[in-house]
Amino acid sequence: MVAVPKSTGAVVEARRFDFVAVAKDVLLTALLAFIILGPIIGLKTFAISGSLALEQRWGLVAIFTAIIAAGRLVYHLFAWHRAQTGPSTKTAAAPALPALNLGKYIGPVLLVLAILLPFLPGVDRRIVDLAILVLTYIMLGWGLNIVVGLAGLLDLGYVAFYAVGAYAYALLSTVYLPLWFGEGILPWAFFITLPIAGILAAIWGVILGFPVLRLRGDYLAIVTLAFGEIVRVILINWSDFTGGPAGIGGIPRPSFFGLTFTEGEGGFAAFFGLEHKPILRIIFLYYVILVLALFTNFVTMRLRRLPVGRAWEALREDEIACRSLGINTTSTKLTAFAIGAMFAGFAGSFFATRQGFVSPESFVFLESFIVLAIVVLGGLGSQIGVVVASIVIIGAFEAFREMGFLKAIMPAGFDPVQFRMLAVGVALVLIMRWRPRGFVTKRDPTVYLAEKKAVPTSLVAEGRG
Amino acid sequence: MEIANPDPLLRVEHLTMRFGGLTAIGDLSFTAARREITALIGPNGAGKTTVFNCLTGFYKPTEGSIILNHEDGKQFLLERMDDFRIAQRAHVARTFQNIRLFAGMTVLENLMVAQHNTLMRASGFTVTGIFNSAHYARANRAAVEFSEYWLEKAGLVDRADDPAGELPYGGQRRLEIARAMCTKPVLLCLDEPAAGLNPRESEDLNRLLLNIRKEQQIAILLIEHDMSVVMGISDHIVVLDYGVKIADGSPTHVRNDPAVIRAYLGVEDEEEAEKVVEKAVAAVEKAAPAKKAAAKKSPARKKESRT
Repeated sequence: MVAVPKSTGAVVEARRFDFVAVAKDVLLTALLAFIILGPIIGLKTFAISGSLALEQRWGLVAIFTAIIAAGRLVYHLFAWHRAQTGPSTKTAAAPALPALNLGKYIGPVLLVLAILLPFLPGVDRRIVDLAILVLTYIMLGWGLNIVVGLAGLLDLGYVAFYAVGAYAYALLSTVYLPLWFGEGILPWAFFITLPIAGILAAIWGVILGFPVLRLRGDYLAIVTLAFGEIVRVILINWSDFTGGPAGIGGIPRPSFFGLTFTEGEGGFAAFFGLEHKPILRIIFLYYVILVLALFTNFVTMRLRRLPVGRAWEALREDEIACRSLGINTTSTKLTAFAIGAMFAGFAGSFFATRQGFVSPESFVFLESFIVLAIVVLGGLGSQIGVVVASIVIIGAFEAFREMGFLKAIMPAGFDPVQFRMLAVGVALVLIMRWRPRGFVTKRDPTVYLAEKKAVPTSLVAEGRG
Repeated sequence: MEIANPDPLLRVEHLTMRFGGLTAIGDLSFTAARREITALIGPNGAGKTTVFNCLTGFYKPTEGSIILNHEDGKQFLLERMDDFRIAQRAHVARTFQNIRLFAGMTVLENLMVAQHNTLMRASGFTVTGIFNSAHYARANRAAVEFSEYWLEKAGLVDRADDPAGELPYGGQRRLEIARAMCTKPVLLCLDEPAAGLNPRESEDLNRLLLNIRKEQQIAILLIEHDMSVVMGISDHIVVLDYGVKIADGSPTHVRNDPAVIRAYLGVEDEEEAEKVVEKAVAAVEKAAPAKKAAAKKSPARKKESRT
């Protein structure tokens, strides 16, 4: 559709721009800024023994003026100047080409990086911990992507299934498995409980699915939101069973096929003749979540190529047309809810075993929001988009903890950690402003005749429930 | 009038559909024969699309029954079935007046979705399919080949890997028909397939429909305003006005029916009207705008005659 050589020609042409005009404009901006900021910032009144005195701060005015002028210049160089080339050539040609090429390599590169991560130089426990957190969100994102991205069902209560999985693991491994099979089962608890937790979460997915079958869009979102809250409130109030607000502690750690990560005989380190280090357990956890996440991805990719996956996407595109073609939309929606919930259940199990402790506090609405934001930001239905968005959002959250140096230059009492939600919110608004369909704006077709051509997501429906 | 058909494919009996106080269809009975094209015509708002929606289960009729008899003797009471089961079990496929394609999926994917139920069985309802069983892989290949067959018929092979939303309007209409055909229907219901098409696209469409009638052993039920299409390809025409059947028979019979002429043209003098209709049919291209103008006038005229 787009004539690429033409558009690059336009860009080259537009690079010749009028330096004099830009310089004039920047100077004018600086002058205006100085006039406006002078009285506001440059002059400060303060009281000395009953009378007012004036403090002059022209240095500060100069700094702000310089910032404004620089901003104006940046706009000239990048934003306005490029817009002159015409919106059509810019939007069509510029993002389309790199997206296709990047998509091919970014996946394998990230995969190799993920596999080698614990052994890379300079990677310490903190980074592996962060990677585990990011991978947990990637897995949740991939799970929710089935419901929201493929089937087009807006689910704001996804954290409920995460909670079901976590509590299933917590209760089974601390109470029921020892009760039924004795303490000897505990090293194996994770591997036994993982599928059970997944199945339980899937059942809850179906339970949520039934009442909302007829709901669409906003109404569906509200009911799923309520469902998420109901699960959390039940966890708080049913103290006899769930431990109430205190939660459940002492959840057994996972073992390497029966070898626990403890010092001494029968431990993982002793068996393989390694020196016992706490990080071994962290690295093992990292690989567990990596395998779980890759399993989620693999299953989703396969499901997309199966009739059920195509029916999910068709459901997102047009439900009435689906019914006219003999697709049972009820069971299609329920399988989407169930399979999405199942992966949340797996992730929940992992969360419980990693923390060793679960409480309702971990399953607040904010978690649902973050996972949904990851899916939307990544580009609905895109697997690699979820990875990028998880790294960006979770990475940004954690980055604020590292910004202690800001305290040195900002006013006293400034704590960057408290600004992280604000900053991430602003970032979301900005990203949605410039990339309303998320990072990845291509949909991969599931089958092709002659040549695989990506579908631009501007054509893809967001789903109306 | 109507010659009694001992073994019709579709029998609609005393079909009535009320929306609150409005009777959209009142006591409508007609049949559609096997391997024939039955056209459902009438002025705007006559209830044609409502009949389709009752037939395909999107509306539950207030009264009456809709009986579909397969050639192997299986009988389906469509008024009691869910919409998707009508397509799945009774094999009635339909298209929509305002095209409903899966715009964000490719042309080929649209046709693959239409073969959902066959592929679902082949994939063991996803259980064996997830392991990419040989059986599913074979079924998937067969489905692609079947899609390719229909892509050829619809003249869309070279657009197979493009998104359906990027096709030109005529291509979208043909794709919707091809998609309906991919469900292997015994009855194909087309809701205004020629609406909004230019003369060349209209020609492509006619070719596709005639080809379906010639090569596929299926019946077609057609709603259409374009009289060149209706008169050219239908075997049997049912005329509706205000939800009531006013004529039923062969194209020649319907063309000369005074009630039809009145409904369409709102002309009191029947002899004069007949002349007008004959002219209209003889030179369809010229008559099309005249007919529309007449249709606009007709409600006012009818109100007069009814009071």
